[in-house]
Amino acid sequence: MRLREFKPSVTIFFWKLYSADVLRKYDLKFNGRAKMKHRKFGIFIGKKIIRLLILLMVVCIASFWLIEQSPIDPVRAYIGEMSIQPEQRALLEEYWGVNTPSHEKFFNWAKNLLNGDFGVSLIYRMPVTHVIKERFTASLILMASSWLLSGVVGFILGIIAGMNSGSLIDKAIKTYCYVLIATPTFWLALILLLVFSVYLGWFPVGLSVPIGLTAEEVTLFDRIQHLILPTLTLSVLGVAQIAMFTREKLIEVLSSDYVLFAKARGEKGLDLVLRHGVRNVALPAITLQFLGFSELFGGAVLVEQVFSYPGIGQATVAAGLRSDVPLLLGIVLVSTVFVFLGNLIADIIYEFIDPRIKQQEATQ
Amino acid sequence: MTASGTISKGLFRGFNLRQKTILLTSFISLLLIAIVASNFFIDNRSMSTDFESKNLAPSFDHPFGTDWMGRDMFIRTLGGLGLSIMIGAIASTISTILSIILGLLSSVGKIEDSFVSWLVDVFLSIPHLLLIILISIGLGGGATGVIMGVAFTHWTSLTRIVRAEIKQLKTQGYIQVSRNFGKSKWWIAVKHFMPHLIPQFILGTILMFPHAILHEASVTFLGFGLSPHEPAIGIILSESMRYLSAGYWWLAFFPGLSLLIVVLSFDMIGENLDKLMNPKKAHE
Repeated sequence: MRLREFKPSVTIFFWKLYSADVLRKYDLKFNGRAKMKHRKFGIFIGKKIIRLLILLMVVCIASFWLIEQSPIDPVRAYIGEMSIQPEQRALLEEYWGVNTPSHEKFFNWAKNLLNGDFGVSLIYRMPVTHVIKERFTASLILMASSWLLSGVVGFILGIIAGMNSGSLIDKAIKTYCYVLIATPTFWLALILLLVFSVYLGWFPVGLSVPIGLTAEEVTLFDRIQHLILPTLTLSVLGVAQIAMFTREKLIEVLSSDYVLFAKARGEKGLDLVLRHGVRNVALPAITLQFLGFSELFGGAVLVEQVFSYPGIGQATVAAGLRSDVPLLLGIVLVSTVFVFLGNLIADIIYEFIDPRIKQQEATQ
Repeated sequence: MTASGTISKGLFRGFNLRQKTILLTSFISLLLIAIVASNFFIDNRSMSTDFESKNLAPSFDHPFGTDWMGRDMFIRTLGGLGLSIMIGAIASTISTILSIILGLLSSVGKIEDSFVSWLVDVFLSIPHLLLIILISIGLGGGATGVIMGVAFTHWTSLTRIVRAEIKQLKTQGYIQVSRNFGKSKWWIAVKHFMPHLIPQFILGTILMFPHAILHEASVTFLGFGLSPHEPAIGIILSESMRYLSAGYWWLAFFPGLSLLIVVLSFDMIGENLDKLMNPKKAHE
């Protein structure tokens, strides 16, 4: 009896020892793995940051060189149409450094950039950072909403087309996408403006807020109403690309062996597509959507011009047309970072989030 | 894909798919050539202003209507399309030549290869439209600025294709044999790779056309490049913006629609040629 009573406690004792050991080992292994993963991610991000720095340096040099080549007269850009005395002109020329050599000018500009000083915008008469911040926020709302809308609508259209490939719906969606890809963005914007604002009068003709109101009087509804048409135009173009891509991918997935097997098990219709198709197509589609930041920016420039929406695109056009060099260079740098971020997110999704790639690593 | 689907019945019955594709392609090409050729026959008289017939809605005399100076929009649109096609042709030819040079350069060695792919990455890292604007400003604007801006930014995708193709060709046996014979890398690039790549270049140029035309129109629409009295589509459309709220819809509608049709035609030609030349796609 005594022995019997004793035995379990011994067992428990040993079990405790053993389990602590196992737990410790497991803990170590788990932490080690997590650490390794963190390290891998750290190295990945570090490499990307170095790439970004090199890229920004090259973009700085190249765009500065391009602007230097052009016959832009900064004094003329600054004073506009005013006429001035020759002495004043000489002062301004000295201020803008017309007669300083290019490389010196570049180093001055680069030094200021490193200190976070992008210079003063000639047409808005305030610091470039300030202009870009204000304009970019306005554009971000526009770009983000149309990006989301085009992603969702495009994905759904692509799934519908891919599910019914060869059918009438598929052909309709395909033709629609073909035509959309060939449509000039600004023309589409003009037509929408013509139909919805001029004829139907549903939406305002332009700007982001009604004219003649102070900032406090503008309601959220006003803002949204001014945002709808630009967003619609911008998203219509994104739809085509993502829909075509999703369609192709889904058709590819649906002709795979595992879908054949699923069909043999009796799965069919929407259920099959949702279980096996969408899950496989979603990540590449999201990745593609993140890679489209460059096109999104270009589209925003055109759409903002048509709807006179006061965003970064309109500022870009104004800076280009009226030779506002500091602002133009600032926008080039900021948009480069913007596109880079999109590519970076796509890379992260591809390398770290896609479960298939995780699995590959685990089996290696 | 769409083209062959729509013409498989009716009008073209009795031809096989290949003949139909050839017929359709030549028909569209003829249309585009006609647009460009018509530019040489437009005399200045019909482009001139006529204030008695201003702001007319579309009619039999003026199929696209007239503008606020009484100019016939149909003729202006034709002129604009011709200009767009010509600018597109010059720009995509330059782009193709650039991508031939860079593609072949990437085949020479490892350093050259990574340089080319780095260059592609750099060009893709600035938003496309912004880059065109930047280049056209750098070259002092005008038609040259726009053409060069479009030409220097469209070579990236074709270069990537060429690079991938060459990588694949390099694994072929006869390239190894040629190398063992002591032929130089440049010799192999020109004598062995080039003949393989020529169809790619022809196709690449044609498929570059739609992009080039659209970008040219966008940049002129924004006000960079061509001077306001040229009848470019971008300029016509940006002028029309001022008259939209007056309800002159034809000023914007028809020029843009014709541009869309031209772009679609180039797309179709490119795809049909791909079908005709690429044995893998011949059976689709």
